[in-house]
Amino acid sequence: MARLVRLDSTGHTELAHWSGEDAEAHEAAVAAFRRELDRGMIGSLTLPDGSAEVIRELPADAELVVMRRPIAGG
Amino acid sequence: MEAGQAVGRRLAEAAALGWREGATERTLRRDGRRWTAWTGWVLFVFVTPGVVLLAIEPLTFPAALLCFAHAYAVPRIQASRGARSPVAIGSDRSASRLAGADPRAERVALGLLGDLLGDEARELVATTGLAMERGRLGVWLLGEQGAILVRPGGRRAFCWCVRIGKPDELPAGDRVAHLLLALREDEEGFATVANLQFSGAVWRVRRRMEPRARAALRAASCST
Repeated sequence: MARLVRLDSTGHTELAHWSGEDAEAHEAAVAAFRRELDRGMIGSLTLPDGSAEVIRELPADAELVVMRRPIAGG
Repeated sequence: MEAGQAVGRRLAEAAALGWREGATERTLRRDGRRWTAWTGWVLFVFVTPGVVLLAIEPLTFPAALLCFAHAYAVPRIQASRGARSPVAIGSDRSASRLAGADPRAERVALGLLGDLLGDEARELVATTGLAMERGRLGVWLLGEQGAILVRPGGRRAFCWCVRIGKPDELPAGDRVAHLLLALREDEEGFATVANLQFSGAVWRVRRRMEPRARAALRAASCST
């Protein structure tokens, strides 16, 4: 089961989850993902090797996508 | 994944800083040498007049002592600034200590951070409040804000000031998770966005860190 979560003041919020076969659930997740991008959040896809990648479109075969805020130098 | 979906391994925040020189293996080596030269220069500038004063007239020893005190204090202050860069979860400066911090949110955030980290790093963050992440440039220690990079060999540390742009009321664990994800997305971009506070010997940083966080630096040094 793939998950789209947002890091926020509650710890994190699960915005959507979907599985490969459920196109409707994925569409709902894509809509939630785009709303977060519009709010200035950054989509971070966790890859199987432990690294991460910035994404602008929500892939159907993702396992975990975390919406985070931009970072800055102190 | 379908083509065109990923922005790639470039950190979005670093891409916005086109005017800033990107951090690379080469720039880190150069910056390390510059910091060493700067520290040597500070010592020379303050120790030399002290020695000259004593050689000319031993009774000027109070002024010479003042020079030696400066030679000791300036590098010490710089190392202290570096050591204070990372804010460990649960430390005095932690978001979890702020009035109004939500204990439930803190637990939830720590749970997700634990999921993102491996077993070794999960244990370390529980005991020291700092998250350890291995990268190509070295081993990183991440706090709620700020980071330390221990270079391969475990002898030199780079201390960085880096934070979430608008942390608002984010719990402590989420703040670390933000930095962890950004680092994983683009290590060199992360080091480009962060502001370098200090570079020098690991022992200079360790002795000025909070006791709990020292164990994390020791672990990072051993992991390089």
